[in-house]
Amino acid sequence: MATETAQHVAMTLTDHLPVLQVLVPFVAAPLVVVLGSRQLAWPVAFISSALAFVVSILLLMQVIDGGTISYHIGGWAPPLGIEYRIDAANAFVLLLVTGISTVVLPYARQSVQADIPDRHHTLFYACYLLCLTGLLGVAATGDAFNVFVFLEISSLSTYVLIAQGSYKDKRALTAAYDYLIMGTIGATFFVIGLGFLYMATGTLNMADIAERIADQGSSRTVRAAFAFIVVGIGLKVAVYPLHTWLPNAYTYAPSAVTSFLAATATKVAIYVMLRFMFSVFQPAFMFEVNTLEYIILPFAVVAMFAASFIAIFQSDFKRMLAYSSVAQIGYILLGIAFLSETGLAAAISHLFNHGITKAALFMGVGALALRTGGSFYDRIAGMGRVMPFTSAAIVIGGLSLIGVPGTAGFVSKWLLVEAALEKGWWPVALLIVASSLLAVIYVWRVIEALYLHKPAYEVTAKEVSLWMLGPIWIMALSCIYFGLATDITLTAARSAAAGLLAGTIGLH
Amino acid sequence: MTWEFFVGHLNYWLFTVLMMTGLYIVVAKGNLVKKIVGLNMFQTSVFMLYISVGKVTGGTAPIFPVDMKIDPDVIYSNPLPHVLILTAIVVGVATTALGLALIVRIREEFNTIEEDDIVVIEQKLARDENELYHKAMGDLA
Repeated sequence: MATETAQHVAMTLTDHLPVLQVLVPFVAAPLVVVLGSRQLAWPVAFISSALAFVVSILLLMQVIDGGTISYHIGGWAPPLGIEYRIDAANAFVLLLVTGISTVVLPYARQSVQADIPDRHHTLFYACYLLCLTGLLGVAATGDAFNVFVFLEISSLSTYVLIAQGSYKDKRALTAAYDYLIMGTIGATFFVIGLGFLYMATGTLNMADIAERIADQGSSRTVRAAFAFIVVGIGLKVAVYPLHTWLPNAYTYAPSAVTSFLAATATKVAIYVMLRFMFSVFQPAFMFEVNTLEYIILPFAVVAMFAASFIAIFQSDFKRMLAYSSVAQIGYILLGIAFLSETGLAAAISHLFNHGITKAALFMGVGALALRTGGSFYDRIAGMGRVMPFTSAAIVIGGLSLIGVPGTAGFVSKWLLVEAALEKGWWPVALLIVASSLLAVIYVWRVIEALYLHKPAYEVTAKEVSLWMLGPIWIMALSCIYFGLATDITLTAARSAAAGLLAGTIGLH
Repeated sequence: MTWEFFVGHLNYWLFTVLMMTGLYIVVAKGNLVKKIVGLNMFQTSVFMLYISVGKVTGGTAPIFPVDMKIDPDVIYSNPLPHVLILTAIVVGVATTALGLALIVRIREEFNTIEEDDIVVIEQKLARDENELYHKAMGDLA
């Protein structure tokens, strides 16, 4: 690999896959701007996203059995150089991000045309690609400070993307501003945490930090670092009390942006949380066990209930889905808080399954809003007959959100209940089931509006084009596919969980 | 706490004060521009933390002599945190620029940059939406 000092090392393209994963969209973003052509912007974005998707499949195939790939940027060996480290956990996240991005882009083509004025299209796709780059970089890198840099690349472009919703509703601007303030506080907390880690260990390579913390044990500096990092990333994850930026941002962003972000951005943040909790800090430390058990777990349960309750009382479909996202993040955090292999596998598989479910639903609501002019229940009432294909896909997504057997949502919730029972925490298992019942209520309200109500306004709407229906149905069908063929997700999730829990992630 | 400890960690005390001041401004001020200023102070405090970490007692600037005759007795400061902070400064500048650009757009649309006024406008928008919704659903919803 690139470690060799010889000047001309024969390397195949395969060896460069980890960096290509990030580099392809990163190069495509300025290319879109330089080309400056509205016609070329979308094809370039789509091709680079599809290429990144292929790369992520190749990477996952290499590491699904528990191996790791270490790539040294520029041939500088870690810990001094920046290292990209791919294992089952992040290969899985990379696959999710690139997959969602590639599916959302054809949908975005039409949706963006309706939401955003023509003259901003090239810049929109450039921002979209930068956001993709940031998310992929966060997942791929093995260098702690590099995580921060990529996190900010993705965050800054996210703020811009959300603000693009202002052409439809001016509240997108304040939503983007609020997210900017909260996101920057989160990122700055994260850097302060990294500063403390650097003070304690004198290195920034994650594997190296882990080793040194393991050697010297915990100290006040390490504990402070842990606190800052958990709170900082918690803001990006939208852990329950830190979630306030999320509903507005998701509601007012353009449909394509919401579909992409809801399925990927918070998921990547959760991955960072996992990586720091299990690969950098040792789960053996008491402070970490306590944090998970007495802080993360109660907040996760509160999120499951409080956010679901709020979702029930929404009259806007899109905002309802945003609150349901907060609740679903609660499930994922619950899985992490169990601190067992089954719990982690549940968290990772729910991260994936919820990603595809929410992508299907948000794209569906976007299609409805495009045709009816809004996502309030009165607007979409009676659309079950007018737009049968979109509505059917929304029903499938809704069922997966509840966790009905045969859908993707069921698999991970089942695993979550299993993890709770394994620990003997049966009240928690009951709570998981109870909160799923709340999901039944808020999903039912949508189905009722779609199929049982008469249209409240004069209907001139018709079914959306295949450009939008295609992506919606790809996601809806994958909700069913991953609900029946559970091998793929569960193998990858279990392998990732085992890797994360194996001390310093089997780095040696 | 001894006097030496206090003075020896002066940078860190200042970092804490600056950080809390910045965070307080972000939370307490209603003016959107003032919030960005607070955010800037908050970020700047982190630069101070990192640069303090890089200081080595008796160390000089980490620049090798031109003729590369390196004297092993000379102590150099740690340059890595400086480099990291260079990146963080760039990020900070980008955030500030984007935040201010958003404020300009908010001012265009809402005609104010005071948070309290914006909240009132947004609440009115939400109320109107809900009324419309209730009427459309036959006052049942």
